[in-house]
Amino acid sequence: MFKYFPHTDKDIQEMLDKIGVNTLDDLFLDIPKQLKRPDYKLDRGLSEIELRNHFSGLAKKNKELVIFRGAGAYDHYIPSIIPHIVRREEFLTAYTPYQPEIAQGTLQYIFEFQSMITDLTGMDVTNASMYDGSTAAAEAMFMATSQTKKPRILISNTVFPHVIEVIKTYALYRNIEVVMVSEKDGLTDLMDLSTKTLDFAGFIGQTPNKYGLVEDFTEASELVKKDNGIMIVYADPQVLRVIKSPREMGADIACGDAQSLGVPLSFGGAYLGYLATTDKLLRKMPGRICGITKDVDGKRGFVLTLQAREQHIRREKANSNICSNQSLMALWVTVYLSIMGKQGLKEVNDHCFANSHYLESELIKTGLFSKVHEGFYIKEFVLKTSLDIDKLESYLLKKGYLSGLKMDEDKIAFSVTEKRTKEEIDTFVSLIRGFKA
Amino acid sequence: MTPYDKLIFELSKEQRIGASLGPISSEFILDNSIPLSLKRQKETYLPEVSELDVVRHYSNVSRKNFGIETGFYPLGSCTMKYNPKINEEMSDIPGIKNIHPLQPVSSAQGSLQIYYETAQMLSELSGMHTFSLNPYAGAQGELAGLMIMKAYHHKKGNKHKTKVIVPDSAHGTNPASATVAGFEIVEVKSNKDGTVNIKSLKEAISDDIAGIMLTNPNTLGIFEKDILKVKRLIHQVDGLLYYDGANLNALLGYARPGDMGFDIIHINLHKTFSTPHGGGGPGSGPVGVCKKLKDFLPSPLVEKKRNQFALVNPKDSIGHVSSFYGNFSVIIKAYSYMMTLGKENLSKVGALSVLNANYIKESLKNYYHLPIKGLCKHEVVFDGLIDKSSGVTTLDVAKRMLDFGVHPPTIYFPLVFHQSLMIEPVENESKETLDHFIGIMKDIALEAKTNPDYLKSAPHTTVVRRLDEVQAARKPIVKYTDL
Repeated sequence: MFKYFPHTDKDIQEMLDKIGVNTLDDLFLDIPKQLKRPDYKLDRGLSEIELRNHFSGLAKKNKELVIFRGAGAYDHYIPSIIPHIVRREEFLTAYTPYQPEIAQGTLQYIFEFQSMITDLTGMDVTNASMYDGSTAAAEAMFMATSQTKKPRILISNTVFPHVIEVIKTYALYRNIEVVMVSEKDGLTDLMDLSTKTLDFAGFIGQTPNKYGLVEDFTEASELVKKDNGIMIVYADPQVLRVIKSPREMGADIACGDAQSLGVPLSFGGAYLGYLATTDKLLRKMPGRICGITKDVDGKRGFVLTLQAREQHIRREKANSNICSNQSLMALWVTVYLSIMGKQGLKEVNDHCFANSHYLESELIKTGLFSKVHEGFYIKEFVLKTSLDIDKLESYLLKKGYLSGLKMDEDKIAFSVTEKRTKEEIDTFVSLIRGFKA
Repeated sequence: MTPYDKLIFELSKEQRIGASLGPISSEFILDNSIPLSLKRQKETYLPEVSELDVVRHYSNVSRKNFGIETGFYPLGSCTMKYNPKINEEMSDIPGIKNIHPLQPVSSAQGSLQIYYETAQMLSELSGMHTFSLNPYAGAQGELAGLMIMKAYHHKKGNKHKTKVIVPDSAHGTNPASATVAGFEIVEVKSNKDGTVNIKSLKEAISDDIAGIMLTNPNTLGIFEKDILKVKRLIHQVDGLLYYDGANLNALLGYARPGDMGFDIIHINLHKTFSTPHGGGGPGSGPVGVCKKLKDFLPSPLVEKKRNQFALVNPKDSIGHVSSFYGNFSVIIKAYSYMMTLGKENLSKVGALSVLNANYIKESLKNYYHLPIKGLCKHEVVFDGLIDKSSGVTTLDVAKRMLDFGVHPPTIYFPLVFHQSLMIEPVENESKETLDHFIGIMKDIALEAKTNPDYLKSAPHTTVVRRLDEVQAARKPIVKYTDL
């Protein structure tokens, strides 16, 4: 007997009798003999106590750090109620809402998620979420190439390297040519962009970009659209409460990673991507979309809609092979945006700004760092230093701090969220002073 | 009690707050510094609600859902098994949850060990050589697998291999993934039981075939008895065999795709290894390959060198398919599950799930039309009611089940039958639960004769009744401001 299997010997015998076979092995007689049952080279199962001890051991091999690093994965504060709500079994253990009558809970939060994402991005429509930001960007590229029938895409050099990597993987196997647009002073070089837009499906730019700088793509949008291209803005949704939305910059598609909306770091996942667009491109969008309708009694209800775009109906003609989304993470973000609300989300940005600019000024005061860019940033910035960045990282690691990310031999990108206290920032700076001394 | 029907926005009232961060600790003020040209112009309508508003709202919303813990969930091909609580808890340990993906590897050895050992266990259970856990879902695992197929042929200079064979009975993701990976599809007719028709296969095979996509047991729950023949035929033209791991649960303890000759496989961790479906994600779709393809796997992989774990990029890697290392929190839950079951219980999963499926099949075959006789594997497919005179359809049967507190089986898939009802009971379900379900199915069959109109207007007891999906698609209302 085993705790997850309810069958008693008597049950098994009765069931075998009903089926008309003698043993459990008889149920597998159709499998050729040479493919016979393997004897797994695995260990015996662990009891709950043993498992718990095993995991405490694993957790000890990790180091929980005071984090001053971002680069697409941010240590924002997670309000206490979120995990409690998301772990409610009716959300957690449900399937994709194909039977809408008993999945109104899932469908309703997807509808709320869609409403919040379109609100923040300023776009007309969004789907129920994507795997992560980089795959959302890759799908945005597919939308652009499919709409324009031009298998070439432009990407700014200021986009996160990990996003570019994934886009390139997807592009290669679909025979899409990826061309980079250079940067100038930490921002997309519009001169370079203006010479390249002809015959391209579109352009992908990021704000805030990999240096933390907020980029305004209003002019870039005009350049791209002049040649009938699609403007794709990859944006951190956390800052869209305060900065110009992708729509306000003229984007046709907004995408990005919503991890920054209170999702745990979890060593890189599960996160979630978002993908939002205009009514015009609605039917090119991949993934699930939830819509409102009425039931036979005229009561408001939610269903998955526009499914004719999807793989289970259109098969090889589908917009993408996406068959699911990051639903539970979409719930996570929906609860986060509900609890933070209009005011709380503004406060997160205020605190990030206050903390990161304080760290920057304190680091510059040490005389070991100097400014690289003049642009505007909220939570992430790059400084130039004469210190050995790798050695600094190892030194801070021993003290329990995760330093900024090395961008270059002499450049380092720090990220400071609302979670960092003044004491943590002060200690961090004094440790760096100590490293030099 | 009237069911709750508010949207979070409908609770909003100016000035209410659900969270506050306290005073700011430096002199840097965002509002004074943001250039006008970068400032957001349009106000948001994010809700203004109190903490209790949010908690109560989502608790009420959750009650409009049906999960595995609420009742039986025999959804064919989706393998809805019990999601143990301990797995959730293990993924939530601070020293595991609060790890930044770009931390130096020396400070993330515990996470890397989980990744490494999960990949090792999957290799052992499937008979493959190496696994990458980076794909975010089964569908992305498929895509990565097909990219590997393409990269392999390109490396060998086989640029003419542009076609992939997909049986007509395949999951919809198969042809979609092959297309996204840049292949042409050659559809091959299946036998009546969904197995590969060897004659059609032979006709489809030519030198431009890059590979074939199969699931085994197939989508009708039948074991592909000619799998070794298929292997020989495909390998003869240097094609690769791709295994869709959606139905792997049935084989645990009995057979391994690697031993059958499959070269590439994806596994849906959420199915076979019991991580929650979460209303449609996050899942996880590790991709595994035979030895000759290991250098093509997505980057990065975790390797073990003298008891230290390191991240490495395989030599001929297809590249990155995810920002970091996939849905790591999901991987932890599957790891926890495998560690709990261990060798002895992982070996019993297939037997008990197949026992349950065949028990249902035998118990219902006099009430629902059973197009394929003989043993099934983890799932059984009926083709609607035997007595069709009442005009009651499979959709009606499914909707009526909602009134009895059971999740309906998968319906109208596979497409080979017109009234498919695909039932997958999984190994965690007891004989009592199955008997209860069988009783309901029999009652519905009887009701189809005595009161068909009541069936056709089901469900009657759910929070909403049949919804107008046509209207939803014709005039899409997809956000609050559309209302």
